[in-house]
Amino acid sequence: MTNNQSYGGADHIEALLALADDHLILGHRLSEWCGHAPMLEEDLSLPNMALDLLGQARNLFAHVANLENCGKSEDDLAYLRSDREYKNCLMVERPNGDFAHTMLRQLYFAAFMQPYWQAMEDSTDDTLRALAGKAEKEMSYHIRHAGEWVVRLGDGTEESAHRMVNAVVALHPYTDELFEISAPLQNCIEHGLLPDPTPIRAPWQAMIEDIFSQAYLTIPDVPFPQEGGRHGRHTEDFGHLLSELQYMQRAYPGMAW
Amino acid sequence: MYSQGLIGADSETEESEEFLAAFQARIDREEKIEPNDPMPQGYRKTLVRQIGQHAHSEIVGMLPEGNWITRAPTLRRKIALLAKVQDEGGHGLYLYCAAETLGVSREQMTEELLSGKAKYSSIFNYPTPSWADIGAIGWLVDGAAIMNQVPLCRCSFGPYARAMVRVCKEESFHQRQGYELMMTLTEGTDAQREMAQDALNRWWWPSLMMFGPHDSESSNSDQSMLWKIKRFSNDELRQKFVDATVPQAERIGLTVPDPDLKWNPEKNDGEGGYDFGAIDWDEFWRVVKGGGPMNRDRIAARTKAWEDGAWVREAALAHAEKRKQRMQAAKVAAE
Ligand SMILES: [Fe+2]
Ligand SMILES: [Fe+2]
Repeated sequence: MTNNQSYGGADHIEALLALADDHLILGHRLSEWCGHAPMLEEDLSLPNMALDLLGQARNLFAHVANLENCGKSEDDLAYLRSDREYKNCLMVERPNGDFAHTMLRQLYFAAFMQPYWQAMEDSTDDTLRALAGKAEKEMSYHIRHAGEWVVRLGDGTEESAHRMVNAVVALHPYTDELFEISAPLQNCIEHGLLPDPTPIRAPWQAMIEDIFSQAYLTIPDVPFPQEGGRHGRHTEDFGHLLSELQYMQRAYPGMAW
Repeated sequence: MYSQGLIGADSETEESEEFLAAFQARIDREEKIEPNDPMPQGYRKTLVRQIGQHAHSEIVGMLPEGNWITRAPTLRRKIALLAKVQDEGGHGLYLYCAAETLGVSREQMTEELLSGKAKYSSIFNYPTPSWADIGAIGWLVDGAAIMNQVPLCRCSFGPYARAMVRVCKEESFHQRQGYELMMTLTEGTDAQREMAQDALNRWWWPSLMMFGPHDSESSNSDQSMLWKIKRFSNDELRQKFVDATVPQAERIGLTVPDPDLKWNPEKNDGEGGYDFGAIDWDEFWRVVKGGGPMNRDRIAARTKAWEDGAWVREAALAHAEKRKQRMQAAKVAAE
């Protein structure tokens, strides 16, 4: 960890952790639906998407553990940091809310991650390059699945349309943070380790607009975007999520499971 | 996961002697009965009831294990548990589809579950207070399910038999995974070993109850055996389970909570088997009749999911209808 400038340096690790945390936390949130979905098909699809994200999280934490090479395991990283040390964006930690919230959050995230993983195919980080192909395909499926639901609910009944509008109002303020470039990320972009999210913004917006137009939704003005996750400043709900996630590791420290 | 020895089936039937004899002859020739084949009313009713109970068991069975998904101790375990619970949902889906071939809708079956008219395996009315319960369920409950379901792969009703082939493969994976989880605990610290033993203590007897009442008490077994819906009696399957499971417990240093458990070389026609203590049938019937620790909570959770999801299902239908109308309108406009 002596070289802060490039491969394996502190910034590389910090930026990878943010990416890993996004996947872990959103996977965790989706997994909360398992057994409680609106229909049996969704009791299969929601865990499917959660499994994709948790699998990617695991790969990313293992990569970081490898780079750090200081005896920490993927689970030490995933389970044993303090809240301020998690660097996920705020959107992924938002509570599931109703099915409209969950599907919209999934669409926002996947519509960002699909092109982002695609861009990682040109990374100078071999591990990321190796992970990118599969992850990108998974994200395409999430876009399709969540996008179809956003359209169905937006153009369904009066109630579902109303719920969909509420979800957009509640979640859109968290989308800016997807494109935030933290100092560690900036350094990684300069070294070709991670892609620049900036060029993804216009296609992301176009995709959301296209889906929204079929769902009779409009992108709201957001005078005050919400951010802070990349600096470890989280919402109140996050502590509760961690108290479940970390329960076993905290209650029975140092054991093998 | 599995429907315990069918509860409350009504296999009465009103067909002519000739029809029943011809049907029985097909069964005796080991022909598979398919959904559009003629079949006695009693056969159909028994299967609808049994497959429905089995499907409901898979779905309700997602809840006790689902209770630990957000608290699983490692990423590997979290992923494995989530995938396992998802598999159970998949089993529920194949089974509802198999039941639907007999002319009963999934919606109807769901309503019967929520109203309490349809039963599900009582094992899921026990709580999962500790992480070790995840191991115990995989090892014992999926293990008992396999004992019951392997013979169902040869069930006379084709769609049920075929669904079971696929389900059994996954159940045996679940069983190995659960046992491996228990083994990891027993190789760990004292706290982990205690946790594992406590889980075995709580799940052992309810697992034996999964096979249903004794043969002497089980009213509908005979007809099910004749129709080859069932191939082994409740007591035969229970014995097989005990004989397979006791050595597994010993291998990982756990004690089966039965002071009367004893190897008997005479059992199973001289091959040997375990004698075991008396099952508490009062507890069995109490849980079947709704008095278990979690009966109300399980149905409340399923009811909440169903009711909270109503607007989603309605919206999906409304949207499909709108699309259909738009397509028809576009077709008319094009003509
Ligand atoms: Fe199952
Ligand atoms: Fe299973």
